[in-house]
Amino acid sequence: MTGLRDWLKPEGRQTLGYHAALLGCVALLVSTAISVADWLTRVDITQRQLEDLQATLQQVVPASYYDNDLVRDTVTINDGGRAVTVYRARRKGQVQAVSYQVTAPGYGSSEMVMIVGVDRNGTLLGVRVISHAETPGLGDKIETSKSDWILGFSGRSLNDPPPGQWGVKKDGGVFDQFTGATITPRGVVKAVKGGLEFFASYRAMLLDESSGGKD
Amino acid sequence: MSDYRGIFADGLWNNNVVFTQMLALCPLMAVTTTATNGLGMGLATTGVLLASNLVIASLRGFVAQEVRIPVFVLLIASLVTLADMAINAWLHELYKVLGLFIPLIVVNCCVLGRAESFASKQPVLTSAADGLAMGLGLTLALVLIGGCREVLGSATLFAHASLLLGDSFAFLETTLIQDYKGFLLMLLPPGGFLVLGFLLAGKRVMEQAAKRSEVKEEFHCSVQ
Repeated sequence: MTGLRDWLKPEGRQTLGYHAALLGCVALLVSTAISVADWLTRVDITQRQLEDLQATLQQVVPASYYDNDLVRDTVTINDGGRAVTVYRARRKGQVQAVSYQVTAPGYGSSEMVMIVGVDRNGTLLGVRVISHAETPGLGDKIETSKSDWILGFSGRSLNDPPPGQWGVKKDGGVFDQFTGATITPRGVVKAVKGGLEFFASYRAMLLDESSGGKD
Repeated sequence: MSDYRGIFADGLWNNNVVFTQMLALCPLMAVTTTATNGLGMGLATTGVLLASNLVIASLRGFVAQEVRIPVFVLLIASLVTLADMAINAWLHELYKVLGLFIPLIVVNCCVLGRAESFASKQPVLTSAADGLAMGLGLTLALVLIGGCREVLGSATLFAHASLLLGDSFAFLETTLIQDYKGFLLMLLPPGGFLVLGFLLAGKRVMEQAAKRSEVKEEFHCSVQ
């Protein structure tokens, strides 16, 4: 082990001790920088994500369906080990529609996260993709900014189309696939159907008037 | 060693990251399906290249040869993380467009390449200029390849540019052929390789033509 003083001279920097200290210092420096940045940005990022969530909820649940703050009126349902947060749109205290996330495996190893809005009769008010990592130019047609495809779910329900046709056209269903991308729309269709089945299984709990505002 | 003109000529043309060094091909194939995507990725990478060259050039006196690579990797990865967080928090609209690309910058070997071959040996300002020049060269290449693939693949140019640059740039969005059926191969990775190959060949032809005219001029001079 050489003295600290040797490290000031270039020839003293050939030692294992200096290398370890250098790596340690750099690691400490960058982790400090990242912690500080995380602390500085966390509030803003959470706020932005909440605004995004509000904006997305407004897309799948029309404003005429509620007079409450649906971002805060939530209930958490435990669906086979997975906790699903459900946002409830109430008008005059009665739940008119609910909104929750559904996920689907995308192309590759990534996951697509979607939000669906369902009215109290089990009819889809809308579906939007929140995040995905699908191929740009191919699978990203599930975004409203790239294509109208995802708007085609509005007004559908578990019986419209009939259960056998809840799939992309390639699989004998009624929904279009995209040129060059079948896996992405197939995943979305399956997840939306799963979302409707989720509503059907927990309908009573989701629409329960007595369980109050905050969960 | 402050030949800025030479640095920019190298970055943009002579030693272009993509067309000469053949680096950064992985993110290139992934994002250049449209010119807009190429531009976004190029600009984000330019920012990280500039910052990483600055930091690495200022620390170059302390970094021992034997451990330089892990030090560079640590610095670059954390710079990308910082950029990711900052854009997410304060430029959220931009983040919605670029968010997908920013983490990809870590795997872009041209950032490490410039750190290793330039910034670790050169003064801070020269390194910053090199980072900027290489980044702009990369942006140029990404926009060119993205543009070619977009025109051939979906007959549009700079589609969705207003999402990235703001509504004032909506005029860039052009549709060349209405109701174009699309040429899928161009949008898939093979299209990226094809376009890159043709562009590389084009660049070689131009360079050879330039060399030939130089030789001819010399010949004329010697005859006179």
